[in-house]
Amino acid sequence: MQLFKLLIKNSFRHKLRTSLTVLGITIAILAFGLLRTVVSAWYAGVEASSSARLITRNSISLIFFLPLSYKEKIRQIPGVKNISYSYWFGGIYISEKNFIPNFAVDAKTVFELWPEFVLSEKQKNDFMHDRKACVAGRKVAEKYGWKTGDTITLKGTIFPGNWDFILRGIYRGAFKSTDETQFFFHWDYLNESLKKTDPNRANQVGWYVVEVKRPDLAAEVGAEIDKTFKNSLAETITETEKAFQLGFVSMTEAIIIAVRIVSFVVIVIIMAVMANTMAMTARERIGEYAIMKTLGFGGWYIAGLIFGESFFIASMGCALGILATFPAAKAFGDAMSTYFPVFNVQRQTIYMDIAATFIVGLVAGVFPAWRAVKLRIADGLRRIG
Amino acid sequence: MENKPIVEIKNLYKSYRRGNQILTVLQDINLDIAGGEFMALMGPSGSGKTTLLNLIAGIDTADSGLIKVGGIDITDLSETELAHWRSSNIGFIFQFYNLIPVLTAFENVELPLTLTGLSKKERKEHARMALQIVNLADRMDHYPSQLSGGQQQRVAIARAVVTDPALLVADEPTGDLDRVSAKEILDLMERLVHELGKTIIMVTHDPRAAEMAHIIRHLDKGVLNATIQASH
Repeated sequence: MQLFKLLIKNSFRHKLRTSLTVLGITIAILAFGLLRTVVSAWYAGVEASSSARLITRNSISLIFFLPLSYKEKIRQIPGVKNISYSYWFGGIYISEKNFIPNFAVDAKTVFELWPEFVLSEKQKNDFMHDRKACVAGRKVAEKYGWKTGDTITLKGTIFPGNWDFILRGIYRGAFKSTDETQFFFHWDYLNESLKKTDPNRANQVGWYVVEVKRPDLAAEVGAEIDKTFKNSLAETITETEKAFQLGFVSMTEAIIIAVRIVSFVVIVIIMAVMANTMAMTARERIGEYAIMKTLGFGGWYIAGLIFGESFFIASMGCALGILATFPAAKAFGDAMSTYFPVFNVQRQTIYMDIAATFIVGLVAGVFPAWRAVKLRIADGLRRIG
Repeated sequence: MENKPIVEIKNLYKSYRRGNQILTVLQDINLDIAGGEFMALMGPSGSGKTTLLNLIAGIDTADSGLIKVGGIDITDLSETELAHWRSSNIGFIFQFYNLIPVLTAFENVELPLTLTGLSKKERKEHARMALQIVNLADRMDHYPSQLSGGQQQRVAIARAVVTDPALLVADEPTGDLDRVSAKEILDLMERLVHELGKTIIMVTHDPRAAEMAHIIRHLDKGVLNATIQASH
């Protein structure tokens, strides 16, 4: 206990140096935490994927469509429980900077296939019975101040013209990882319009979402769907929702790798700063270590003091860094909600913060502790006076 | 009454290597120090006084020869055994006091007791008693920087005696003090010998300090000269 008190007192012997080191670690942990959260946010769609959902799309590319007629054929395949479909609309709200992921969906099945989008029964009913109705996520509604009953106009890019929708519901996510920034409206509304303006594009869907009876049937059902449409005009590729999402993420893999590298570089830099602090500290106290050895304290005892101080300083920075990460992530997530619809600090990120702190404390203490263990008392005493 | 020797040194040699050169610091030292004796070790700088003191205290190792302290041949002990032995058998007093600056006087005195099996309560009692012996019970909560040089040295003496070692080694204990404080420290050391039966080996340059000792030995170029009995 006396030695614990000593290491605490030692830690604050040079208040400015300790404060600056703690501040450095705080900033490093904050930066590390935010960068790791960016990586997590990148994978949020993958994490939120259901293992019971399959995505069937055109085998050439996602920008090629599939006929609506596939729906019933897919439904007949053994193992299929439910089916829905979507279309990427790509509409712009007021200006291009207001990016909202917006989809034309099958209103009857969309909330059956995505139970994580929670909507009250009344709002669900209102949405279902109004062809011009739309539903928006909580975050996007809050961002633009939308209320149910409001008319929202999207400017079509893929489907030209101004498209008016009535907001009939605001969904919230069942989980923290659920994206609350999406915007859905009736595929029928789009399709009817296309029948008049561009009949060639009518009765088409972007992709099918297939719910299987059991997750272990996913591979079998997927293979069967693709087999069914082999040698047709629109061959299909069916993959799990997770694989589908990963396909998007892999397009930006270089960025993720860069973010990951930078996050570790931050830790390496602070490790050097911390090691410098501990080396200076130990060098100044060589005489004291010699005295303690003279009194009978073993080298490992003194090494324990050095490691203890190193861990204590690193832990203070870590604790402050973690505390700062949550409000910083909230502010960052709010500001960047267009790009990161789900920006939550993961538990795993906190564990990584703690592990990084442990490594920093350990590495910073190794050299001074080794010197203290090896220190000859007579040599240490000569440094005094 | 002739006391049994607490320190017995036979044919002790010590040398240091400086580059390619070997410097012999101590040559064929033979010395017996009886229990309860106050011995001053004098000599010019570089004569090997501190080296001899360090060897007796087990903080340096000899090239050859025998050093027995309290009947234990410390040249046979490993580094860990020596550390353990020092913690219960030797008290150290240094020229520059060498207190831990972030600990109070009381905590500095208590520090060596953390290596013993004493309970917290017993440790506190021992530390308080040691500070009473050096007349600093009223300054126990003061930090070294809040104490004068003489007071700091008294705290260092309290730290040296708190584990109740039989032998105290003092390296220039008055070297950093004014005359009045030096006298107080020497009187205190004499009290430790007379009242508590401690044996003290003191390295000093100061003839006035040496006069307080019972025996004065001179080292010159690593060779120990004849014993001089102090005049008092």
